[in-house]
Amino acid sequence: MTATFVGMPAFPTAARAALADTQLRANLAHATSTIRAKRAHVVAEVDDWEELRLAGAAIKDNTLLHLDEHLLRLEESLTAAGATVHWARDAGEAGRVVAEVARAHGVDEVVKVKSMATAEIDLNEHLAQEGIAAWETDLAELIVQLGEDLPSHILVPAIHRNRAEIRQIFLDHMAGAGRAAPADLTDEPARLAEAARLHLREKFLRAKVGVSGANFAVADSGTLVVVESEGNGRMCLTLPEVLVSVVGIEKVVPTWSDLDVFLQLLPRSSTGERMNPYTSTWSGVTPGDGPQEVHVVLLDNGRTRALADEVGRQALRCIRCSACLNVCPVYERTGGHAYGSVYPGPIGAILNPLLRGPGHDAQTDSLPYASSLCGACFEVCPVRIDIPSVLVDLRAQVVDAHRASGSRVPKPEALAMKAASLAFSSGSRLGAAERASGLVGRLLGLGRNRRTLPGGRGLLSRLPGPGARWTDARDLPQPPAESFRAWWKRTSGGRS
Amino acid sequence: MRVALMVTCVNDALFPDTGKAVVRLLRRLGVDVEFPAGQTCCAQPMVNTGYLDEAVPVVRTFVDAFAGYDAVVTPSGSCAGSARHQHAIVGRRSGDAVLQERIAEISPRVYELSEFLVDVLGVEDVGASFPHTVTYHPTCHSLRMLGVGDRPTRLLRAVRGLRLVDLPGAAECCGFGGTFAVKNADTSVAMGSDKARHVRETGAEVLVAGDNSCLMHIGGMLSRERSGVRVMHLAEVLAATEGVGA
Repeated sequence: MTATFVGMPAFPTAARAALADTQLRANLAHATSTIRAKRAHVVAEVDDWEELRLAGAAIKDNTLLHLDEHLLRLEESLTAAGATVHWARDAGEAGRVVAEVARAHGVDEVVKVKSMATAEIDLNEHLAQEGIAAWETDLAELIVQLGEDLPSHILVPAIHRNRAEIRQIFLDHMAGAGRAAPADLTDEPARLAEAARLHLREKFLRAKVGVSGANFAVADSGTLVVVESEGNGRMCLTLPEVLVSVVGIEKVVPTWSDLDVFLQLLPRSSTGERMNPYTSTWSGVTPGDGPQEVHVVLLDNGRTRALADEVGRQALRCIRCSACLNVCPVYERTGGHAYGSVYPGPIGAILNPLLRGPGHDAQTDSLPYASSLCGACFEVCPVRIDIPSVLVDLRAQVVDAHRASGSRVPKPEALAMKAASLAFSSGSRLGAAERASGLVGRLLGLGRNRRTLPGGRGLLSRLPGPGARWTDARDLPQPPAESFRAWWKRTSGGRS
Repeated sequence: MRVALMVTCVNDALFPDTGKAVVRLLRRLGVDVEFPAGQTCCAQPMVNTGYLDEAVPVVRTFVDAFAGYDAVVTPSGSCAGSARHQHAIVGRRSGDAVLQERIAEISPRVYELSEFLVDVLGVEDVGASFPHTVTYHPTCHSLRMLGVGDRPTRLLRAVRGLRLVDLPGAAECCGFGGTFAVKNADTSVAMGSDKARHVRETGAEVLVAGDNSCLMHIGGMLSRERSGVRVMHLAEVLAATEGVGA
């Protein structure tokens, strides 16, 4: 039961399909507006929110500046605390480490804490190929896994599902994965949660190996931190004998006191709570308490590539709160699947191209364009990632990558930009272009349309060629008989 | 004070009445605004689509046109944002130190219309009269890139006869987004149709904003829906006086 984003179409195509799904639109509009309001409310309570954002950004930037030193310090502290540290360049290396640990203990299943890093590297699929079942224990991840679905949100991966759909998924699929859902299951949230709890409890008590990510990794104490709401994470982190944590190298913070800033920023930005219900911290192995074998896999998988990007490296500050998704007008309408990655929304539109590199594939190259550059994401980001500026920079990188590779730039667009560049290089040249296009525009309007815009101006309701992408749904004013520039010249700026 | 009008390419070619309204309004307030004929475009279409090489000659044309003015006024939050926040990117791309210096001189002198009126001229009541029910859409770049705040609505509230009604979800993007409107036309239209619905809900006769490109998108949709709601640039409302509508 694996689903994959591999082979997803580019954003505009995937978005078109998503926009036609009325259930998805309704579920998302409801969920994002609820969480937006909650976030706005709890952020407004904090007088020094802006200072906290600045502090969060500064801590992350300083850490990234000396990332090598902090990572070595982290390795040293973890090792001293009894953990085994592994370095993974990519998804394949990380997957092999986890599979080897599982095999060494002779298990055919692991229980998982919700983790973006393991989702990013398709760890479950990798383990499945090795004959190891990876059970998701976060409620939303469980819904996605049972439904053989794909995640569509960083925090709430099943945000595209409503409770009626969830009930059906539980009834249809729980039995195949363990304890069945009760036959009289309703779609009341408490009943759904109870079914999930009973189903998962068997797995928590049975599993010998737990797999997690980490929200933060404290270098000086060798402490990993998991922030969660449901308590499933605490179960996975404490009950199994063996724990493997896959941690992106950008998750390191220098000292324990740095957590102070992030544990204020994250819950309010993420779930709209003042504090999350469960914060688990562990430093290696504690004899007689919790897992007695602890592994930490430090994952690169494109992060050093992103770090080398002068404009884009700020994306590595991201603490995966998903506030940018919840305020994004594009995400709210298309949902997460259209982005073709476990990282959807505005942060996904920059993070995926930064991790993979512009020119990697057409789907990734479409992501920086999946934004109207409205800036709502930057406004809410708790670590002040200027997503619009990174998007604009990545667009230039996409165009440059295509320029360098020869003919792969969409020809009409590149030609149009060159033509516009030429016309816009001189006022008189632009005047001539305006006279020509105005004439064409008025000719297109002739005899086609007697309707006018409110206010009396003539309109065009159908343009040929690529212009149809505008006029399919939007009228357009007919070009005026005289441009502003021509009027100014003719009347000496309205004086004659 | 030498003041230049940066009319913008969209207004020049498609909405000359907005440019004329700015001229009328500023003259009424005692500013003898000039129109440097060499001006073309702020280069935002190229920059935001990723064509930085193509943006370089356009920004060069921009600095040639507007050098030497004390203030450059534009009836577009988006184009003002482009000049203030993006020209430096194009300058770096050019590798031309002189161009970068000239950009650094001119960029901070570019004002969106409501900023110029409120901050530079220090006026809120511009002596306009517009007896209609109006709702105002704060376009994204005015709101979040420039931070014009409530300057436009302060100006509107001082207009004789004008009744301003709140737009639900006002701060949400209309979905225009420049080339986004055609590269991601379906999503753009989905956003725009929600914006148009909110506009209709207000019962306003006129939707006002400080950017004609956003208004072209929302207005195109309101027109296709036969809503009867008119869209007008802020400048045209502020230029209207008793008996002289825009």
